[in-house]
Amino acid sequence: MTGSTTPVQARPARLGWVGLTIGVVAVLVAAILGATLGAAGLDPMSVVRALLDALPGVSVESGLSEVQSTILFEIRLPRVVLGGMVGAVLAVAGASYQGVFRNALADPYLLGVAAGAGLGATIALSVRGDSTFLAPLAFVGGMAAVGITYVLGRSVGGRSATSLILAGVAVAAFATAVQTYLLQRDTDTFREVYAWILGRLVTVGWSEVRSLAPYALIATVVMFGARRLLDVLSIGDDEANALGVKVGRVRGVVVVAATLATAAAVSVSGLIGFVGIIVPHVVRLVFGWSYRVIIPLSFLFGAAFLMLADIAARTVVAPAELPIGVITAFLGAPFFLLVLRTMRGPP
Amino acid sequence: MIGWQGVVVTYGDVPVLKSVSLEVADGQWLGLIGPNGAGKTTMIKAGVGVVEYSGVVAVNGQEARRGEDVAWMPQRPHLPDEMGVADYVMLGRTPHLGYLGAESKHDVDTVRTSIEKLGLSGFERRPLGTLSGGEAQRVVLARALAQEAPVLLLDEPTASLDISHAVEVLDVVDDLRRTESLTIVMAAHDLTLAGRYCERLALIAGGEVVADGDPSMVLTEDLLGAHYGAGIRVLADEDGPIVVPVRRSND
Repeated sequence: MTGSTTPVQARPARLGWVGLTIGVVAVLVAAILGATLGAAGLDPMSVVRALLDALPGVSVESGLSEVQSTILFEIRLPRVVLGGMVGAVLAVAGASYQGVFRNALADPYLLGVAAGAGLGATIALSVRGDSTFLAPLAFVGGMAAVGITYVLGRSVGGRSATSLILAGVAVAAFATAVQTYLLQRDTDTFREVYAWILGRLVTVGWSEVRSLAPYALIATVVMFGARRLLDVLSIGDDEANALGVKVGRVRGVVVVAATLATAAAVSVSGLIGFVGIIVPHVVRLVFGWSYRVIIPLSFLFGAAFLMLADIAARTVVAPAELPIGVITAFLGAPFFLLVLRTMRGPP
Repeated sequence: MIGWQGVVVTYGDVPVLKSVSLEVADGQWLGLIGPNGAGKTTMIKAGVGVVEYSGVVAVNGQEARRGEDVAWMPQRPHLPDEMGVADYVMLGRTPHLGYLGAESKHDVDTVRTSIEKLGLSGFERRPLGTLSGGEAQRVVLARALAQEAPVLLLDEPTASLDISHAVEVLDVVDDLRRTESLTIVMAAHDLTLAGRYCERLALIAGGEVVADGDPSMVLTEDLLGAHYGAGIRVLADEDGPIVVPVRRSND
């Protein structure tokens, strides 16, 4: 064999210490900044000491007053943790969708979950006039839309990924049309629905975190478990099948897990775009092609990215807030282009 | 041993394989030849289990288990550009790994041995996108070998290779067959090469086996002319028949 040596080396399908360390540090820094910055400034070291003090078996004097402690544990931290969970879930769901559909443009909203959740939210706001049922109806709407997409896709194209994606486009268009019709009829809800569509992290104590946590946990465990099979799917359905992988089943399980987590995230945070597509791509460009690397690092960097975006959303025009979806797009798009250009070089 | 027993495949209403039955003995190298659309690739795909079929595909008397019994080298394997050679070959261990996919020492050793047997040592971290056609075919063979399946199905493994690389790949397959006691079924367009390497040829036409036997019995001007529909001349050579096309007259 002509073994001409080349300096080009493939990135291994292993999660290295460098990526893992950077990811964990990014999450910790973003979390501490998120807990520190805001209308009532808290001293970062006091925040760290208070967090250590909250650990079982650790006792440290934080130096925070009772009011500051309440701000930290009942206002800041729930929001920071929610932001981290939503960011992690959306990024991992996006990476999983890109893996099962072998489509770089796939994001967690691909199969209609966003449009379905949007319709559910619109119905909740226009029927009751308040947001009591917003989260549950957004969740049901998102899951229902993907369920219909799946049934339609299977009925026209069997197990083909393309038919599923096309069915998702049709379902999303239909749900958006119904949503637009409802908004035209009831313009009072327009502003609130619009704010929800742009994404928002609003917490009342820990209730949003508690409602998202079980879905996020189950879905994350499933998607982490499937990361090696996502690598196998990268050689195509037929070849993966020939290696004994039940491709249809893997795709179904991963899509259900990713959709469940996305619908749960969307129901508490609105439609936060870009995280599910930009974070996995940046991770892929910097750390390599393998989903054994992309899934865990998307989890960490997705969490860190959304926590940082939320700091910007809260502080840029304080005391008012910017929709977090605007921040993710505003910061995410140029950063993504920068990474794309740096890693691939100029054309 | 692999056997197709009354295997029928239809695409929509179109029958592609019409009750094909064929048995290949342990360690034998069978070539599937026939014109485009005859059903060669479909037979291979039924053998691997990636098309729906009726009938039975059996390996050593038991219904074939996908992944474990049959390794497959597709006509156009999908090679992700950025994936490294060793990680690609490790995909061949998939049938032996659980859902969580922890790789054992045996898996790692098998991958290293497969890479060595195909002369790919030093290529472990080469991205697949940087390989030449012949290197890529070897890598796909290494992945198939790492599966440790007793049967290897090759779908036109030399289709995109020049003659020297084609011979190189087929020599490697022949070595593997002998050293690993593999049973090999290969769909082939190059009739001369098929006749040189395969111990037995099956001529497929219209979804049926129309001739089956020693290459010198199958590679005849009458049989090939009847089913390929072109002017074909078969020349005798001590290493096996040489099949050449006859140019149609310009008159």
